[in-house]
Amino acid sequence: MIPAAVIGVGQTKYDSKRRDVSMPGLIREAIDRALIQAGVDWDDIDAVILGKAPDMFEGVMMPELFLADSIGAYNKPLLRVHTAGSVGGSTAIMAATHITSGQYKCVLTVSFEKQSESNATWALSPKYPYTPHINAGAGGYFAPYMREYIRRSGAPEHIGWQVAVKDRQNANLNPLAHLQIPGIDLEMVKSTPMLWEPLRYLESCPSSDGACALIIAAKDIAKGKNAAWIKGMSVRSEGTLSAGRDEVNPLAGQMCAKDVYAQAGIDNPLKEIDCAEIYVPFSWYEPMWLENLGFADKNKGWEFTDQGRTELSGDIPFNMSGGVLSSNPIGASGMIRFGEAALQVMGEAGEHQVDNAKVAMGHAYGGAAQFFAMWVVGKEI
Amino acid sequence: MNNSSEKDYFESLISLEYTHTAGSATTRFLEAVAEGKIVGQKCPKCSAVYVPPRGSCPRDGVPTSEEVTLTDRGCVESFTVVHIPIPGNPIEPPFVSAMIRLDGANISFLHLIQEIPVEEIRIGMRVEAVWKPQEEWTTSLENIKWFKPTGEPDIKPESLIFKPK
Repeated sequence: MIPAAVIGVGQTKYDSKRRDVSMPGLIREAIDRALIQAGVDWDDIDAVILGKAPDMFEGVMMPELFLADSIGAYNKPLLRVHTAGSVGGSTAIMAATHITSGQYKCVLTVSFEKQSESNATWALSPKYPYTPHINAGAGGYFAPYMREYIRRSGAPEHIGWQVAVKDRQNANLNPLAHLQIPGIDLEMVKSTPMLWEPLRYLESCPSSDGACALIIAAKDIAKGKNAAWIKGMSVRSEGTLSAGRDEVNPLAGQMCAKDVYAQAGIDNPLKEIDCAEIYVPFSWYEPMWLENLGFADKNKGWEFTDQGRTELSGDIPFNMSGGVLSSNPIGASGMIRFGEAALQVMGEAGEHQVDNAKVAMGHAYGGAAQFFAMWVVGKEI
Repeated sequence: MNNSSEKDYFESLISLEYTHTAGSATTRFLEAVAEGKIVGQKCPKCSAVYVPPRGSCPRDGVPTSEEVTLTDRGCVESFTVVHIPIPGNPIEPPFVSAMIRLDGANISFLHLIQEIPVEEIRIGMRVEAVWKPQEEWTTSLENIKWFKPTGEPDIKPESLIFKPK
């Protein structure tokens, strides 16, 4: 694999309604910041790779058509990627493969969602033909799997609240995070209304407007710059309705992680990865993914959370930026994970920086927990 | 950010009408449902039984040509209680959205559970279909109003794990 590195990460301020900018304006805010950090200009960009989640989230079909000029794709290759909630991650990987294949020297990749333009829960809850209309957004879909995780593992109820508190405490250190909840604690989380049992309001992600952009470059451009080198990257998927699928601990997630670790030469992710930005849109997905990604043994992930091991000061910090639980422009959420992992090894994560982070993981999942995208980045080439 | 309370946008509502082609496997399923019967299809390689069938097994990539008649009884694989109104959804919360695993099937489908206090519903609970009056039947799983407990002992959730043959 030809070496590739992230040399610029640009993020917008995440908020419930960014009515101060249009869709192109929002995306351009992220792109401009990424270009400035990378120290490159439009002439250096060989191709633009755009990602976003379902078009119904804004009600604008094929937005790449009208966005082509504002994202700098004029007379350049433009590719749009879609893999539901994991799209920010798979888009970053599609962009990076243009470098690792030797095709290009420098690519811009950007992903976004401007959810205030429509209603994502409505968009995820259509009436399907011939079935009762009972589907109820992403939370309604995933809640039964969280309940099954709790049954299998015997995890106590407060684990979900702990994740909700920890990620929002981290968000308080990240000025770009959508949710800023000073004084958040277990009492506050457990006093919020039940949305989809076992999930309470503060155990769920917000609906955000935002964009994230990355500049990914080959060695001759990245050398001498502060860079996050891609050590391994992989995507995997599984069928929606397949006998034997285990959505609590999906096989595709296990395989994707295994592939990334093998590429990165990682035998023990718990010991060899310093911190991770993992896609946790609902509190219980922290312990579930701790197990799925091989950080914890089966049915033991919740003990990591309980012991504070995923806190900023723990041995495997998860979601230092506040995670999806604190900012969720769905199409961008995966790329934010990938970009925040890069910022950690670049030492540019600000107040939520993990001391001496050398190896970090970015992760995203999407669809019916069927699409997975992951990468591991390192300080050294 | 714009903190003004003034409305600085306009709403443009859209609606979509679909013409859906069900395909041969789902058409067969819906024709059976219209007569109050539930049919699935079995994979010739791994023996997985799919209901509703989609005509092929995603595990093996082969047609599921063998039809299997199922009962309208099964168990709760898992469930949630939806407490918030969903835009465009006609059912008033709270309602129970459950993954129903029919006896002999290897995948579940979503349906409602009623006729039991919500706090008594559990994974592994045995349930059976409550059908609408026959004159209201159409080609839809909505012919089943909801599922209700049978009162039989719960099944062990581990027994739902699929073992390919």
